[in-house]
Amino acid sequence: MADLKVQIIQQLNLQEVKPEDIGNDQPLFKEGLGLDSIDALELIVLLQQHHNIRIAKPEDGPNIFYSVRTMAEYITAEQNKTA
Amino acid sequence: MSENAYITSACVIRNNMVTRNGEKVFEEKNAALPEFLRALYDRYSGQYPKFHKMDLLSKLGWAAVEILLQETPMDMYAPEDTGVVLANTSSSLDTDERYYETVSEIASPALFVYTLPNIVIGEISIRHKFKGENAFFVDDRFDIGFIAGYVRQLLETGAVKACVCGWVEQYHTGYEAALYLVEKNARGMALPFTAEQVEKLYR
Amino acid sequence: MSGNVWIAGGGVISGIGQNLGQCMAAFEAMQPGMEKMRHLQSVHAGTFPVAEVKADNEELARKAGMPAHWSRTALLSMLAAKEAWQSAGLGDISQYRAGFVSANTVGGMDKTEDFMKSFLDNAASGRLRHVVHHECGAVTELVADALGIRHHVSTISTACSSGANALMYGARMIRAGMLDVVIAGGTDSLTRFTLNGFNTLMILDQQPCRPFDDTRTGLNLGEGAGYVVLVSDEIARKIKPWCRISGFANANDAYHQTASSPEGIGNFKAMEGALKMSGLAASEIDYINLHGTGTQNNDSSEGRAVERLFAPSYPPLSSTKSFTGHTLGASGGIEAVFSAWALREGIIYPNANFTTQMKEVPFSPVTHFSKGHALRHVMSNSFGFGGNCSSLVFSKE
Repeated sequence: MADLKVQIIQQLNLQEVKPEDIGNDQPLFKEGLGLDSIDALELIVLLQQHHNIRIAKPEDGPNIFYSVRTMAEYITAEQNKTA
Repeated sequence: MSENAYITSACVIRNNMVTRNGEKVFEEKNAALPEFLRALYDRYSGQYPKFHKMDLLSKLGWAAVEILLQETPMDMYAPEDTGVVLANTSSSLDTDERYYETVSEIASPALFVYTLPNIVIGEISIRHKFKGENAFFVDDRFDIGFIAGYVRQLLETGAVKACVCGWVEQYHTGYEAALYLVEKNARGMALPFTAEQVEKLYR
Repeated sequence: MSGNVWIAGGGVISGIGQNLGQCMAAFEAMQPGMEKMRHLQSVHAGTFPVAEVKADNEELARKAGMPAHWSRTALLSMLAAKEAWQSAGLGDISQYRAGFVSANTVGGMDKTEDFMKSFLDNAASGRLRHVVHHECGAVTELVADALGIRHHVSTISTACSSGANALMYGARMIRAGMLDVVIAGGTDSLTRFTLNGFNTLMILDQQPCRPFDDTRTGLNLGEGAGYVVLVSDEIARKIKPWCRISGFANANDAYHQTASSPEGIGNFKAMEGALKMSGLAASEIDYINLHGTGTQNNDSSEGRAVERLFAPSYPPLSSTKSFTGHTLGASGGIEAVFSAWALREGIIYPNANFTTQMKEVPFSPVTHFSKGHALRHVMSNSFGFGGNCSSLVFSKE
């Protein structure tokens, strides 16, 4: 999950955030890290670029991108599917 | 015509230098534009992480308004009473090109968002909670007479009580911002709002 | 700084017709313009339906009497502006203090894209004349010159509300006594740039779009141009104008670059401001031409703003984007022509593809074309990225 945090910070240009500032279970959007809908689209790009996972339905986003942990679990599950 | 409107603050940014109300207030020689803009953010603002996601045009306009409003807070106005009227010559071309470079691989949504010139007005409005009228004009030069006439009409017809207006241009390494706060109430330097005064502060 | 501003005529070209008459026939026959891409070349051709103007550049150039190397954005602009001027019946434009205020968002991007393709293959092969009209302002200048308009030429670029803002700007110039007539509206052609961009935002529908329907999943892009001829009281006396522009307002949503606030605050403020200027109560509006793009976000925000202003009784309302697609910078101009013509002919436009009531709002759009209504006041909404929200009110007298 530490790698994923670095990827998120890079992808979203969160210049004033350090990986250790993001809690594993902290909500990424709204009251949590304060991400918005464009960040959500960038996270979709991140999954495609770094993990070769395509999300076709944006409405799945809120569940997948709830926190770093849910995102990591999703990536693991998808990679097991294709393996 | 102009007796009831005043330029209460002005900010010009060019050549790595900032002047406010005609006086030099900041300079950072030899910094490239992104670093220069970051220095402005650190010096005049901070605490606004969304700044780092903006394109250079938005950062320039946004930072100029931070400086413009430093000593002229706008909380006396209702949100819909402050308008923003800007113009430039390169529209959002710089970001258009950057976005286009990403298209062949994975097109970037965060860049596409900034491929419109009026997004800089959106960023300024979000920051300062301005909900008044806004317009963005694309012209081959800073036509001061035109912008001054347009803003004067907004004030005279009561569409807004205050207006942030001027020029925000950026393309590759070239850039220039010249922003003015114009109000019906006199405060700050309270210069009469005429094209000649705007021109004087611009030079 | 007083007096009225009248709509003396209008012209439109869009995916449902190359002039106003053809567009009306398409509404009446319930024939939306979305099809598989034919003129724009894109890897997404099979995926996303678009509402293209059904003619290639050679045909458009021939009809416009202009060279075929012009940007498609300029050709569309020329055709609609010419129709608008002719419909006004005001004769030779050179006898007036005339202005051309045109909005667009893509400029000559279509030509630049073609240039880039050959340029990237071989830096010596691109044709430079394809890029000289790249920027938004150049498109306006070309058309103004061809129309013979010299007193005032302006280009406005405020995303999807650009066209409506051009009307506001033109109306102000006439009120201020600076001009006698203004051709105002907008134009945009389809480009890969916009198609890819809206695709990255994941707001393009792979089916025909369904504005104000619970099953909506996005917009379809369209192209076209639409202009009205705005005139002063003095000029209006000599002709039989369609109607009057009685109110307009622009507000910023100040929420997000591309998303509307959930309650549609900017939308509400624009509609409220336009009503206030026109001196009307909400209950006096007889039809609303909605912005209605078909995205989840726009329609629920716009719907909630309409509810706040109009509840408990709603006038007939619809989104003509269900026919023309979203024509971006042109949409405010095209929909202004539709709205002004609706007043003249008593037309209420249908909203295509509506099946399922939205949960967020208590009203639903009109689904059938009808005419002969005694309409007095019509509202037209245009909202754009950057939080730029505009609303126009047209009145019969």
